[in-house]
Amino acid sequence: MKTKHLLLGDEALALGALHAGLSGAYAYPGTPSTEIMEFIQQSPIARERKIHSHWSSNEKTAVEEALGMSYCGKRAITSMKHVGLNVAADPFVNSAMTGANGGLLVIAADDPSMHSSQNEQDSRFYADFAMIPALEPSNQQEAYDMAEYGFNLSEQFQIPVLVRLVTRLSHSRAVVETSEEVRKENDLHYPARPKQWVLMPAMSKIRNKQLIADFEDLQYVSDKSPFNKYVDGKDHRLGIVVSGIAYNYLMEAFPKGVPFPLVKVSQYPLPKKLISRLYEECDSLLVLEEGQPFIEKQLRGLLDAGKPIMGKFSGEVQRDGELNPDIVRNLFMAVSPDYMEMEKANRHVPAKNVVSRPPALCQGCGHRDVYGALNDVLKEYENPKVFGDIGCYTLGFLSPFNAIDTCVDMGASITMAKGAADAGQHPSVAIIGDSTFTHSGMTGLLDAINEDSPITVIISDNLTTGMTGGQDSQGTGKLEEICLGLGADPAHVRTIDSLPKNHDEMVKLFKEEIDHKGLSVIISRRECIQTARRKKS
Amino acid sequence: MKTDIILAGVGGQGILSIATILGAAALEENLYLKQAEVHGMSQRGGDVQSNLRISSNPIHSDLIPLGGADLIVSLEPMEALRYKEYLSPEGWIVTNTNPFVNIPNYPEMEEVEKELSAIPNVVAFNMDEKAKELLSPRSSNMILLGAASPFIELAPEKIEDAIRTVFGRKGEKIVESNIKAFRAGREFAMKKS
Repeated sequence: MKTKHLLLGDEALALGALHAGLSGAYAYPGTPSTEIMEFIQQSPIARERKIHSHWSSNEKTAVEEALGMSYCGKRAITSMKHVGLNVAADPFVNSAMTGANGGLLVIAADDPSMHSSQNEQDSRFYADFAMIPALEPSNQQEAYDMAEYGFNLSEQFQIPVLVRLVTRLSHSRAVVETSEEVRKENDLHYPARPKQWVLMPAMSKIRNKQLIADFEDLQYVSDKSPFNKYVDGKDHRLGIVVSGIAYNYLMEAFPKGVPFPLVKVSQYPLPKKLISRLYEECDSLLVLEEGQPFIEKQLRGLLDAGKPIMGKFSGEVQRDGELNPDIVRNLFMAVSPDYMEMEKANRHVPAKNVVSRPPALCQGCGHRDVYGALNDVLKEYENPKVFGDIGCYTLGFLSPFNAIDTCVDMGASITMAKGAADAGQHPSVAIIGDSTFTHSGMTGLLDAINEDSPITVIISDNLTTGMTGGQDSQGTGKLEEICLGLGADPAHVRTIDSLPKNHDEMVKLFKEEIDHKGLSVIISRRECIQTARRKKS
Repeated sequence: MKTDIILAGVGGQGILSIATILGAAALEENLYLKQAEVHGMSQRGGDVQSNLRISSNPIHSDLIPLGGADLIVSLEPMEALRYKEYLSPEGWIVTNTNPFVNIPNYPEMEEVEKELSAIPNVVAFNMDEKAKELLSPRSSNMILLGAASPFIELAPEKIEDAIRTVFGRKGEKIVESNIKAFRAGREFAMKKS
């Protein structure tokens, strides 16, 4: 018996995991992955079964916690945005060496076109060099189905499986047919090969040979995967290798059916037999993939000595940004015009009276008061530098504040301010949110405390993870204790409420601590206006 | 049937609840549906949009191609114009005319109105004012949904059922005021089109 649900790609994957006997979900919020964990937190199945769904401090702790659950034989997922996988890279890559016991899915949601991110990195590369198999759903139904399939693959090969999502799947809803049965959770049981979980060189050298052999075998599994397929076409001048959601744009471009043979790829390592057949049977190849040219790079190789291959390297497909139906349609207008209906002229004229409407800090947001006071203080100094971080307060870069000089990665405000101070910079100010501070700011603060670096760290505490919609923040209620516990001088750990009425007091406090010739932490606090409003209604 | 809709507005205005209601109605009718939206940074007062595709046949792309939208539904006049190049030549724009000015360089309202009225098929009126007349100032988005409903191949009763489902847990009073707003919007558009 099947039932129909209207689900985001994120939600479909989460529900698939719940139905497949999930025991624990681990995550740090990050667009476009956040709704995976949120769906599990609101799920009656999760509540009934007491499935773990508490947010983790960062992606590294999340992956390690999930790996611990897998070690004990239970099924776990861990989800994050693509750059979160950088934070979790150490446990992720090494989890290929330990392997998995209970099914383990590592879900990375990529953000091509950078709707809400700082880069366009493609998580498939991580899976490849770690020698971990990857799944890339092309629609919401596959996202649901791949959860169970992925757990089974993970348990069969005793290896974690990466599931790669992209924004347009994570944040797009469709009707999904789901099972009504909920598989029972795995019982607690330990790995059959316990030695490989101790990554000392002697153990790892043995395991590595197994891992290399397994990755070869996984290629054959990909050839037989229900998610990879060869579809013949009448015109063999061109063969198309198409992956993930690019498949949908290809189908959209040819409503009457694709005239060329194609291989649809949604499971990696690449299905060698399917692609070899396409290569043998066609005069040239075209690669369509969302993100960086991962498949194309492997097909082409350094020498690129075979049949012509079209794609992002050769320039037929735009190298940056996400695909869309127009890019793919225009591509075929250029490559195979005989199959395309001509566009009516003058159809797509953009409007004249439209200007951009950038996002801004909310009215009533405490970050506004912090930047207002900070700007008033810093105008007294020559060349002050403010090192920013990742969160709503990054919007302080924009007008009217124009208040920060850098934004790189989670936690980099404190450490870059320290490096700048080491170089002789003064004032050197770091501004970081509460959730980002406990994610990756604490360790950097310890460096600065140990050297009593002359920097001013402002923790703009809104008691939540704001940018992603108000998830619990792991440091709420204990930021002062954390700073003091790391060894900060109590005389220079100061707290103030970021309110308009405190403007003069904030200016005075900021100035005193900027003039202090050592490390200061200012915790500037006001509840996020969005979460405060939600509590009221 | 096939209706491709672009929903537009400013972060926080409530276009996503329109999408939720149409989604629930389409699911009830056993139709195919895809609805792409953008979360995250843009929701902080920036421009937001959602691509909503409803069809009796399977839908491939989550995004609507240029010139492919049957309908642009907007809670803000400049935001309606932003997606003009996506409108099909036979398509309709249904929009609120009350501007949401949170930027210093908002274009001259007269120019925005002129450009809107030059488009062949437009239903435009001040929906915030209409909502105040109905004594439910927060129901502008349901007036918009009502005004857009004649151009969507879903029976109005089915959309009303979906409004009841979506707002059900907020109580009968909220449900009724939203239905009233939906009907007022629909009536206005039927007279105009």
